[in-house]
Amino acid sequence: MASIEEKVKQIIVDKLGVDESEVTRDASFQNDLGADSLDTVELIMEFEKEFDISIPDEQAENIQTVGQAVTYLESSVEK
Amino acid sequence: MKRVVITGIGALTAIGNSVPEYLEGLRNGRSGATPITQFDADKFKTQFACEVQDWDPTQRVDKREARRQDRYTLMALYTADEALEMAGLLGEDRQTLASVDPDRAGCIWASGIGGLRSLEEQIEIFDGGDGTPRYNPFMIPRMIANMGAGHISMRYNLRGPSYATVSACASGGHALASAADDIRLGRADVMVTGGSEAVITKVAIGGFNSMKALSTRNDNPAEASRPYDADRDGFVLGEGAGALVLESLEHAQARGATILAEIGGYAASSDAYHISAPHPDGTGAKMAMLNAMKDAGLSPEQVDYINTHGTSTPLGDTAELKAIQLAFGEAVYDLNISSTKSMTGHLLGAAAAIESIACVLAIQHNFIPPTINHFTDDPEIDPRLNLTFNKAVEKPVRVALSNTFGFGGHNSATIFKRFAD
Repeated sequence: MASIEEKVKQIIVDKLGVDESEVTRDASFQNDLGADSLDTVELIMEFEKEFDISIPDEQAENIQTVGQAVTYLESSVEK
Repeated sequence: MKRVVITGIGALTAIGNSVPEYLEGLRNGRSGATPITQFDADKFKTQFACEVQDWDPTQRVDKREARRQDRYTLMALYTADEALEMAGLLGEDRQTLASVDPDRAGCIWASGIGGLRSLEEQIEIFDGGDGTPRYNPFMIPRMIANMGAGHISMRYNLRGPSYATVSACASGGHALASAADDIRLGRADVMVTGGSEAVITKVAIGGFNSMKALSTRNDNPAEASRPYDADRDGFVLGEGAGALVLESLEHAQARGATILAEIGGYAASSDAYHISAPHPDGTGAKMAMLNAMKDAGLSPEQVDYINTHGTSTPLGDTAELKAIQLAFGEAVYDLNISSTKSMTGHLLGAAAAIESIACVLAIQHNFIPPTINHFTDDPEIDPRLNLTFNKAVEKPVRVALSNTFGFGGHNSATIFKRFAD
């Protein structure tokens, strides 16, 4: 089964239309991957759907990079 | 007032995904109607439409944009790109226009309905869920009917006027007239105009079916759109887009552009009668044609070709012909009339755009596109009218008039003429 990190990266590649090699843990959605604020909202919603969780808005605001998404999802999905 | 010329066109239809392919389809009298693939239409009264086939938007639109946008705005961008390329206006980056002041360039783009598909998808997702709202943040920008104009303006940095016109199946005609006005009145040098529509969806087919507006000839889609035939039973829904680059004559000449045709004149009128039925006496449509000729300074004898609204509905086809006869008098017998919807289906808000392009192509290539699928004469129709049945006719075309009428009683007529200095 794909790891959380692999799934997260796949969603980002699909939604932002970027190359997989660009999706590093440090990459910022808006600064490095060309996302705008609406793309970021869409990504969060895709994470919620994929992992069947609900991410509160105040938590979502702190998810700006690939690494932050993976860390957040690893901790909340495993709980 | 400034003269308005056309320097670029772009087309995406069920009978061709580019201007050369569209021209080929019009000349050969090809039908674009096939069984619906875009949703499961098994239980629908109508199970066919004129779908755009084998289309790869990423040939002209960035991959990422292609993912974010509704089909109707992608079609808008795709055809605008072809038209601007033909006009010789695309900069090297294909993102800005060369030899154009961006503050004097704009886009007026039509759609009758907008991104209905995107709205339907999101409603289904919500209805299939547990009640938690997870509407996609792009739903509204995908759905709203002005986004064709918005995206074209953003893509090419057009900073003059940009907005949408919405008048159902006449939307494209009103867009073209508004864009031409901006040039005539000296507010802009270059305007991109046209329309796009992509609503081969459950809601649109189902809704038009309930109005009994669509053909239900499921056993023979290719012969279903048959304007003026005695056995016509409704229109065939089409999808696609058409784009035209309008320019002031002096701007086009100053940069040595190839001029495809000139916009002679145009007019709009209203039936003030019924939400969907045409006025039985044809007054509204007649006034649109008469005023367009007046605007163009042309008499009925000077018109060579009328591209009709002719949707293949029992009432609409005869009402329009009646109006044409009222407007043109005896001169009507010397000109050719045809409905290219017999081939492309009815593109609603984009109909006037692709039919304007058919008029431009008729002038450029001196031919009358046919009204295909004629089998049985309708006794209600004057047999002396030249309805150009089944086969294209080669003949000089100097002046062509395009009619479009929309639910709500909106009428628009536009006249194109061969350019002469």
